[in-house]
Amino acid sequence: MTTQNNTTIRMSAVNKWFGKMHVLRDIDLTVNKGEHLVLCGPSGSGKSTLIRCINALEEIQGGTIEVNGNQLGKKGANADHIRRDVGMVFQQFNLFPHLTVLQNCMLAPRRIHRISEAEARDKAMHFLEQVHIAEHGHKYPAQLSGGQQQRVAIARALCMGPQVMLFDEPTSALDPEMVKEVLDTMIGLADQGITMICVTHEMGFARAVAHRVIFMDRGEIIETAPPTEFFGTPRHDRTRAFLSQILNH
Amino acid sequence: MIRTFGFPEILFVLEGAKWTILMSLAAFVVGGLLGLLVALARTSGIRPLRIFAAGYIQIFQGTPLLIQLFLVYFGLPLLGVKVELWLAVIAGLSLHASGFLGEIWRGSIQAVPDGQSEAGRALGLGYASRMRDIVLPQAFRISLPATVGFMVNLTKGTALAALLGLTELTRSGQLMSNITFEPLKVYATVGLVYFAICLPLTLCSAQLERRLNAQG
Ligand SMILES: Nc1ncnc2c1ncn2[C@@H]1O[C@H](COP(=O)(O)OP(=O)(O)O)[C@@H](O)[C@H]1O
Ligand SMILES: [Mg+2]
Repeated sequence: MTTQNNTTIRMSAVNKWFGKMHVLRDIDLTVNKGEHLVLCGPSGSGKSTLIRCINALEEIQGGTIEVNGNQLGKKGANADHIRRDVGMVFQQFNLFPHLTVLQNCMLAPRRIHRISEAEARDKAMHFLEQVHIAEHGHKYPAQLSGGQQQRVAIARALCMGPQVMLFDEPTSALDPEMVKEVLDTMIGLADQGITMICVTHEMGFARAVAHRVIFMDRGEIIETAPPTEFFGTPRHDRTRAFLSQILNH
Repeated sequence: MIRTFGFPEILFVLEGAKWTILMSLAAFVVGGLLGLLVALARTSGIRPLRIFAAGYIQIFQGTPLLIQLFLVYFGLPLLGVKVELWLAVIAGLSLHASGFLGEIWRGSIQAVPDGQSEAGRALGLGYASRMRDIVLPQAFRISLPATVGFMVNLTKGTALAALLGLTELTRSGQLMSNITFEPLKVYATVGLVYFAICLPLTLCSAQLERRLNAQG
């Protein structure tokens, strides 16, 4: 194991192609324990692909990725190991529609940690309470609003006790009035010190919790800076152009 | 002597119905298990498996059930397997069912959004659990109307076993019609019995569909 005290994720010279399309170009990124990153950039710039590589939902064709000292092998070897340390929240929630909220949260811990039903239920209730949705535990996802579903998705990921949480535009599919409840939940998580990488264009959120904001364009990391610097004095033209677009709409 | 179509004759028809039900049930169970394997092979990440399953499905969809039954019945002895007629018929029906159910379920598995399996992967769940806990239950619900439709057709399709000489429902109707000269009465009865066998299938599925839809 090569865990260097403080490093949770280390990506070195990561390259990724979809067919002939070069989607990630020489990505170098180190994320420290407890750090909160916000990843932004134009649509199609490779943000989703980058975070999906971290839990091996996508294969990489070059470079290395290490999570908690476990190196992700070629062809996704070690993938299940790494996924257990990494929680993921999707834009479209991806809750299991045939299972109740509680069952959604209990499935993976029961199957993977092989804990008892009672223990899994306690754990699920704990995290559902944390995201303020415990009273809906018996309902099916379709009976909940988008914001509620996304909070369940967060609780479901937390039930596996991840070291890192990845969020891929968690509020983009939500009606505007539900964005805040989800962001507040995420801010609460950040306050507890969990490591997180969040793809989002919610700049208020970035200012509130991010240690670093990363700007990507066409598969490259263009700029990385703390939020005050990133929004106050962006160094690159492309960053400025992007910021003026999203801040002026 | 010409007999009338009375109680003993009806009993004879019902005796034939027993075979129809037995053959159908056996073909559902065996064909269903095989069909699940075919569907999983057809949707697997392993290319040779996918190709094999595609060919398998093509063969059973592209040839008449009757020919499949004949081939199994006359083919098995050539392979040195001596089987009773009813076993050969069940084997033929099961193979037929596995091809069709395999294709129906392949479609249903692929109709479950990718995000479902992906969410399972992101949680660290392996293939077996993703299938059993996440994909198959949803695919089952999607496939229910088509599956039941096929089962009803298969039940009626067992009538072809009469052509191999098995005295199932249709064949016992023929026999009774021959000795009573009351074909209309006899075949009306036979039709009713088929209907009575298939009705519970459709009713159960409608019930199940309602219950599953309640999940929203
Ligand atoms: N599964 C895929 N197959 C082929 N191309 C893909 C796939 N997923 C994403 N892409 C392409 O890769 C590029 C980066 O996509 P993505 O990471 O989703 O960008 P972002 O999340 O920044 O909008 C885009 O051009 C997109 O069309
Ligand atoms: Mg994206």
